[in-house]
Amino acid sequence: MTDASIIFQGETLTLDRSGALYVEAQNILVFSDLHFEKGSSFVRRGLTLPPYDSRKTLSRMQEVIARYRPQTILALGDSFHDNAARERLDDQEVATIRAITTAHDFIWVLGNHDPEPPEDLGGKIAGEVSLGGLMLRHEPEPGAAPGEIIGHFHPCAAIRSRGRHLRRPCFVTDGMRLVLPSFGAYTGGLNVLDDAFAPVFSGPLHVFLLGREGSFKMSEKKLLPDRASAFAQANRAR
Amino acid sequence: MTSPVDALDRRSADSALSTVLLPPVFQDWFKAQGWRPRAHQLELLERAGNGLSSLLIAPTGGGKTLAGFLPTLTDLASRPPRKPGMAKTRIHTLYISPLKALAVDIARNLERPVSEMGLPISIETRTGDTPPSRRQRQRHNPPDILLTTPEQLALLLSHKSARDMFRDLKFVVLDELHALIDSKRGELLSLGLARLTRLAPGLCRIGLSATVAHPEELRAFLLPQKSGAPLRLATLVRGAAGAVPEVNVLSSEEHIPWSGHSARHAAPEILNTIKGARIALIFVNTRSQAELIFQELWRLNEEGLPIALHHGSLSVEQRRKVESAMTRGELRAVVCTSTLDLGIDWGEVDLVVNVGAPKGASRLLQRIGRANHRWDEPSRALLIPSNRFEVLECEAAREAAVNNVLDGNPPRKGGLDVLAQHVLGMACAEPFDVAELFEEVASAKPYHDLTMETFERVIGFVTNGGYALKTYERFRRLAKTPDGKFRVAHPSVAQKYRLNVGTIVAAPLIKVRVVKQRPQKDGRPGKPLFRGGRYLGEVEEYFIDQMAPGDTFIFAGHLLRFEGLSETECYVTYAKGEEPKIPAFMGGKFPLSTYLSARVRAILADETTWGALPPQITEWLSLQKWKSVLPKSDQMLIETFPRGGRFYLVCYPFEGRLAHQSLGMLLTRRFERLGLHPLGFVANEYALSIWGLRDLSGIDMGQLFDEDMMGDDLEAWLAESTLMKRTFRDCAVIAGLIEQRFPGQEKTSRQMTISSDLLYDVLHEHEPDHILMQATWNDASAGLLDLGRLGDLLKRIKGHLLLKKLDQISPLAVPVMLEIGRVPIFGEANEEILKDAAEDLIAEAMRLD
Repeated sequence: MTDASIIFQGETLTLDRSGALYVEAQNILVFSDLHFEKGSSFVRRGLTLPPYDSRKTLSRMQEVIARYRPQTILALGDSFHDNAARERLDDQEVATIRAITTAHDFIWVLGNHDPEPPEDLGGKIAGEVSLGGLMLRHEPEPGAAPGEIIGHFHPCAAIRSRGRHLRRPCFVTDGMRLVLPSFGAYTGGLNVLDDAFAPVFSGPLHVFLLGREGSFKMSEKKLLPDRASAFAQANRAR
Repeated sequence: MTSPVDALDRRSADSALSTVLLPPVFQDWFKAQGWRPRAHQLELLERAGNGLSSLLIAPTGGGKTLAGFLPTLTDLASRPPRKPGMAKTRIHTLYISPLKALAVDIARNLERPVSEMGLPISIETRTGDTPPSRRQRQRHNPPDILLTTPEQLALLLSHKSARDMFRDLKFVVLDELHALIDSKRGELLSLGLARLTRLAPGLCRIGLSATVAHPEELRAFLLPQKSGAPLRLATLVRGAAGAVPEVNVLSSEEHIPWSGHSARHAAPEILNTIKGARIALIFVNTRSQAELIFQELWRLNEEGLPIALHHGSLSVEQRRKVESAMTRGELRAVVCTSTLDLGIDWGEVDLVVNVGAPKGASRLLQRIGRANHRWDEPSRALLIPSNRFEVLECEAAREAAVNNVLDGNPPRKGGLDVLAQHVLGMACAEPFDVAELFEEVASAKPYHDLTMETFERVIGFVTNGGYALKTYERFRRLAKTPDGKFRVAHPSVAQKYRLNVGTIVAAPLIKVRVVKQRPQKDGRPGKPLFRGGRYLGEVEEYFIDQMAPGDTFIFAGHLLRFEGLSETECYVTYAKGEEPKIPAFMGGKFPLSTYLSARVRAILADETTWGALPPQITEWLSLQKWKSVLPKSDQMLIETFPRGGRFYLVCYPFEGRLAHQSLGMLLTRRFERLGLHPLGFVANEYALSIWGLRDLSGIDMGQLFDEDMMGDDLEAWLAESTLMKRTFRDCAVIAGLIEQRFPGQEKTSRQMTISSDLLYDVLHEHEPDHILMQATWNDASAGLLDLGRLGDLLKRIKGHLLLKKLDQISPLAVPVMLEIGRVPIFGEANEEILKDAAEDLIAEAMRLD
């Protein structure tokens, strides 16, 4: 077990390899950006992606919950990919969600994708949750006091080692704000070096990459920016 | 041998035949050129006249193209002139080529006889470069002869107008069929051909091909097949074989390297042979080899011979410049990759130099064939091995070329991803009946063995993804008509299909641009200016991935310094010096052929054949015999030895790098299970080396190399294999599950798109039997993972393992051992990379604030 543990604004936080955050003192487990039914949302664009992402996200959640046995669980916004996501969940998935929300104090924090999360799945709904010195919400608030924990950005970091390129979701913090990686099975990521992060952080970055055997701290110097892969438009042979 | 008398008879017979078959205007034209129609040209014409489809196999320069078009031209010449008020004409002949440049070239060549004979025939090309207005017009007012590519044919067939457009089609000419048949493009073409036959039942098909090992494959490809019945074969017409080529293997005076692929040692000798030839084509296997050799030749080229460089990564303008200089005869040599394997006739080439491993006998023969200015003069070729094992491979290939022995790939089974794309295209054209379309599809040779059950699953996939547990009921791409046929559910589906047609999934590429260096300050160069600059070409993204600013590499004939990256471009400056820091090794795409592999093993085993080898090599092999052992041709040698605190196992399967990599992955897993702590492995075309911290000599090798490796170990590896995921991405794009991303869309779509790796993970866990997983598996086992070959190897070596425990490295093991450190250690140990790079394995809480 080598999940990184940090002291952030006086609180001991475990940065789980799965991308979930565990707040030890309060026995709270936080998942961000679950994006249930993201896969099936593509069908409107004519793409029939494998519709098993909610299922996979739920089974991963259950695995982490079993390890930490938290009293409270927080879904930090964008839990549902769109307002119609609830209808697209099947009975089995709905039952799993209800089981989780019944067995714990469960809070759905609002996100930009789910400003009106479904009310028939159990749990409470909140705009933000304050926890001692910590403030948990989906998106950053300008000028927020130190201790803000957010999701929304789906942070990822890329490194190179032994001649190989590796890009993984990550936790990222400057000691004032902490951004959680997205937990949903189909959620991609935004490189922490992207301009979009500039207003979020003010100090040097501490980045923790997710691996199968733990979360690993990476020095900022090792991080690489993304390039958009320039896919050749069509083959020259044509 | 033909006796002079036979030849005379044959000639008079030919001239009699040509009087019968060729209209007078054609006879006059031939006479005016000072030509006589060749036997195969007339034979093909006669068969076509009887409505028989044929495969013509003839060497380059044998008048193959004209032969392919004679039936068309004579038929169109006899067409009564069109009177005003007569119905418009439709396409008479369709010509399909693997290269758009070739289609354009052929159109030009065809114009000449047509205009010289004054024939009223319209000829047009249609490629990706054809402007939309002309394409539109072509659909409503088509030419007599249309020259195009497999993708464009698929597009034409997806329109409702296809039925009318191709109704009167009489001939389809498939050029360079040998090159198309081994690819997904060939599968797409086979399905298009099946549809054409449906629209024009009397269609006559003419295939043109270089010499191949299994002409039956191509002959079967040309004819519509019947499900469950034996294969039907098109008739075969053979052009006179060219003269036996003169092939030599360079017996270098220099020291032949143990490993590596630069062939730098042979550069002076290559330059000398160029001096002795009119125009030489210098073929290499990879872009980086081309760059290195080109650089090296120019370093030595004191006379300033015009030597050029040509490979697929260079900018189009640069390639065109070289091509036209070549046609004008201004060049003495061109260093090139397989981009010049095909097609366009360069005329004066009289020498082919093949640098590095020939990989396959047929491949080599086709390259050698580029050097026949005149088809009845022998082609001259020189093979340059770049390392010691390649000497053996070159010798095996030389024997094969001189004896005209060919090797071929096993026939391809039609890809289900390509089929899915085609099914959607057919639904775009008009509603289809499942049973009818099945019959049509199964008439294409690659899909001959398709079952109705699989076909229905493909239709299910096209309709709504075809998932077992959940369905997309509300959005279906295909809907049913009242009479039970399938049609597209919405016009946008057809639109999307047309944007994504084709089977070539482009690799991510980065543009290379030369930027300016700011003037020097205090003797040090200033920072580069990231503006403007010359565009040199494109390189693979993964190549750039390994570079840090300041690293040097060779590209487009220059030594370049990597300066930085933008989203789609990499900035470089010209660098000084000779040695690039990044050697850029990249194995060729093609593995050593099974035939050559067997020949190399035979040479190794039989000392009496060593006479043809350079003394350095016989010395090396004798030393191996003395210090270790040489395996018999049916044996696989396994050596174990300690070295530098580690224990090595080196085996010699000779099955190509891809199969060896797969073997390495699987053996590593087995070692892990046995508690042997493997540390890594490297593979080359001939051997595989694995090492760890424990002595490996005591293990039961029979058990280690047992065929059951292809069971659970394989299953477990595939779940996370990056090669498998890469294959899945390609299948998913072709089948239309995800869209290929285009430049410019990147930024906006990055967060919206879902990486295909995530889709693979989810599908592997929840529906491993999905039709796309099946398609991925089929492709990967024949392609990147080469599992078919690995399976054959394990079968072949069962009970034929030759073990040798050594105290030190053997002579034969040196080449693969030298690869360690030179190529990235293969493996998928992402976790290890993470741990390596991590600052510390945070054991205790760490304070940030």
